[in-house]
Amino acid sequence: MNTTLGLLLAQDGIINGTVYAFLAVSLVLVFLVTRVLLVAQGEFVVLGAITIAQLQRGEAAGAFYLLVGLAAICIVILTLRLWRDRNIRAWAWQVGFCAVSVGVAALLLWLAQSVSLFALMVVTTLAMVAPMGPMLYWIAFRSLADSSILILLFAAMSVHYILLGLMLPLFGPEAYRAAPYVSGRIDAGVTTISAQSILVVGVFIVLTAALWFLFRFTMVGKELRAVSVNRIGARLVGISPDMTGAVAFALASSIGALAGMLIAPMSNIYYDSGFLFALKGFVGAVIGGLASFPLAAVGSILVGITESFTAFYASAVRDSIVFALLLPVLLYMSLRKSHGRPEEHGE
Amino acid sequence: MRKLLTTVLGSCVLALSLAPAHARDEIRVGVTGTFTGPAASIGIPYQQAARLFPEEIGGRKVEWVVLDDGGDPNLAVRNARRFTEDLEVDAILGSTSPPGSMAIFDVAIESGTPQLSLAPVGIPADRRTWLFSVPQPVPVMVSALVEHMVANNITRVAYIGFTDSWGDQNHDALLQEAEKAGITVLTNERYNRTDTSVTAQTLRMLGSNPDAVFIGASGTPAVLPNIELRDRGFTGQIYNSHGSISPFVLRAGGAAMEGSIAPTGPIVVTESLPDDYPTKAPALDFLAIYEGEYGPDSRNPFAGYAWDAMLILSAAIPAALDVAEPGTPEFREALRAAIEDGREVAGTHAVYRYTEDDRYGVDERSRVLVVVTDGRYEFLPH
Repeated sequence: MNTTLGLLLAQDGIINGTVYAFLAVSLVLVFLVTRVLLVAQGEFVVLGAITIAQLQRGEAAGAFYLLVGLAAICIVILTLRLWRDRNIRAWAWQVGFCAVSVGVAALLLWLAQSVSLFALMVVTTLAMVAPMGPMLYWIAFRSLADSSILILLFAAMSVHYILLGLMLPLFGPEAYRAAPYVSGRIDAGVTTISAQSILVVGVFIVLTAALWFLFRFTMVGKELRAVSVNRIGARLVGISPDMTGAVAFALASSIGALAGMLIAPMSNIYYDSGFLFALKGFVGAVIGGLASFPLAAVGSILVGITESFTAFYASAVRDSIVFALLLPVLLYMSLRKSHGRPEEHGE
Repeated sequence: MRKLLTTVLGSCVLALSLAPAHARDEIRVGVTGTFTGPAASIGIPYQQAARLFPEEIGGRKVEWVVLDDGGDPNLAVRNARRFTEDLEVDAILGSTSPPGSMAIFDVAIESGTPQLSLAPVGIPADRRTWLFSVPQPVPVMVSALVEHMVANNITRVAYIGFTDSWGDQNHDALLQEAEKAGITVLTNERYNRTDTSVTAQTLRMLGSNPDAVFIGASGTPAVLPNIELRDRGFTGQIYNSHGSISPFVLRAGGAAMEGSIAPTGPIVVTESLPDDYPTKAPALDFLAIYEGEYGPDSRNPFAGYAWDAMLILSAAIPAALDVAEPGTPEFREALRAAIEDGREVAGTHAVYRYTEDDRYGVDERSRVLVVVTDGRYEFLPH
């Protein structure tokens, strides 16, 4: 191994690690706010990647049908809840959200297909995938909000399998790969860096800054933080779980779609590629104790780099080694009981 | 254990009491394949070909029962049991993926039903009585690549393949053939079908300074190393396995696939073959029917295997009908004897000649080399 090779491997690891970091950050976010381990997070990545590839090719975007279907189911379920809760205001804005997001997505889709403009494709992809987060929350998780973490995990697994089952007929079993957005390599003295990797890392840094701003300075961000610190207390001061859960899921689906669009030109994406992304992001999140965004990001990049170097030395056992990273971390955490989040505290 | 035993005994008794051997007029053949799930892109062409099978062979009506196993070996076994126990089929075709195919060996042997595997499998010599393989075994295909390497003075080959039995089969065949030819195999890199990056493995292969690279992958995941190698400036010859032959691979790989060479059945380049090539006439017949039904770009090697299995049965059925009536153990026995009697059956992929000892039945006429030129597979005479 020489330095050039080491730098190339490290670069590959950092790019993959950054993609896992997107997932790790949204897994931590959703977990802190709703206590759901969102296994289906990987599906948002796949939807983002496949949608941008389909828009580039000028094909009909399969994600739109999924959005329409989810919106329809969501409206039915919300209406059934209205029967029970008699909360007409909540019903109105949630149903309104479903209807408006389908309308906006349809309009953008039509625009993107008639005007072939890359920025418009990005916005359209986001407009189609992002609303799926809140819809899934209202459909599958809202009425379980007070259940144990285990039940929420089962629900998340079910959502994952149902989405996976729907995505095969929608997208077919073949690979999608987007055309590169930027090309070329930049000479950085000791090594060359591909423009695509700068884009991935750059978007991640911007996203981190945006999240920091959101949690530090906005009302919504502060409400999300309040819920993650104490759910009951937050409810007592009038923070609605309908809203915070939906916002957390919306952030997760948007971040997922963003990550998907970033990875689409670098790799083959299949309808079922999402689960492995989510698992690797999960390993990164656990290394960060499932509680801290910066640690989750660092953990994910560690996963990426480990993956790259083990693929070089022993490609056949690469995944075993990556997942074995969990063992020392879990051991350390169980020895230090106070670390991590007191799970069912105060409920 | 006792419960299992009771269930097994119970179902045997049930099977015996419900299903006495009924001679019947029509011939019944069970087809199981992977038409849904991740391996569906390979399985669907088999299903399409099965829809075009003739309704009559040797003057008898033939009923083709086609079931989906989704790539799940357990489901393949359940399908096979339905074939043998409820439907008393005279032959089983399938499955279209190797694990499913191997899983139903036991059912075929137990029930004494000829099984023609539609996926490349290794048939154990001590259990082969009822088993036949239609697709070319991997070593036959890989040996064609090694011959090409020898002819082009390639002595150092790097290998990358799937972390599964497909990667193993290709790697083993390469080691075996390369050793005979005096070629050095430099690496044994592996990746998963679901992987998104093979950068590290590619760097390692390039570090070993190969003349050529052989990629033991299948379907669109095979594209990944092709692109990565060309991205990293590799200019040597790239060889792909025969599992990579598909229009989807060409579309996903684009320019990176240009110039790569792969072995395949002659059906893929039928029109470029010399007129006296034994598979040319049957392949042209089949392609006229298949492309007539599914469009001019629908050609693929997989549908050809299904068609060949049908041709092999068609050639054997008349002899079996002379001995016994369909639906009886005697007919199945006669059918097996007729398939393995050493006659030559020209199919779309090969001239099949099964004998008691040879369950693969193919020779070097069953494979050709193709090179990707302008986004199409071109015949490469060698």
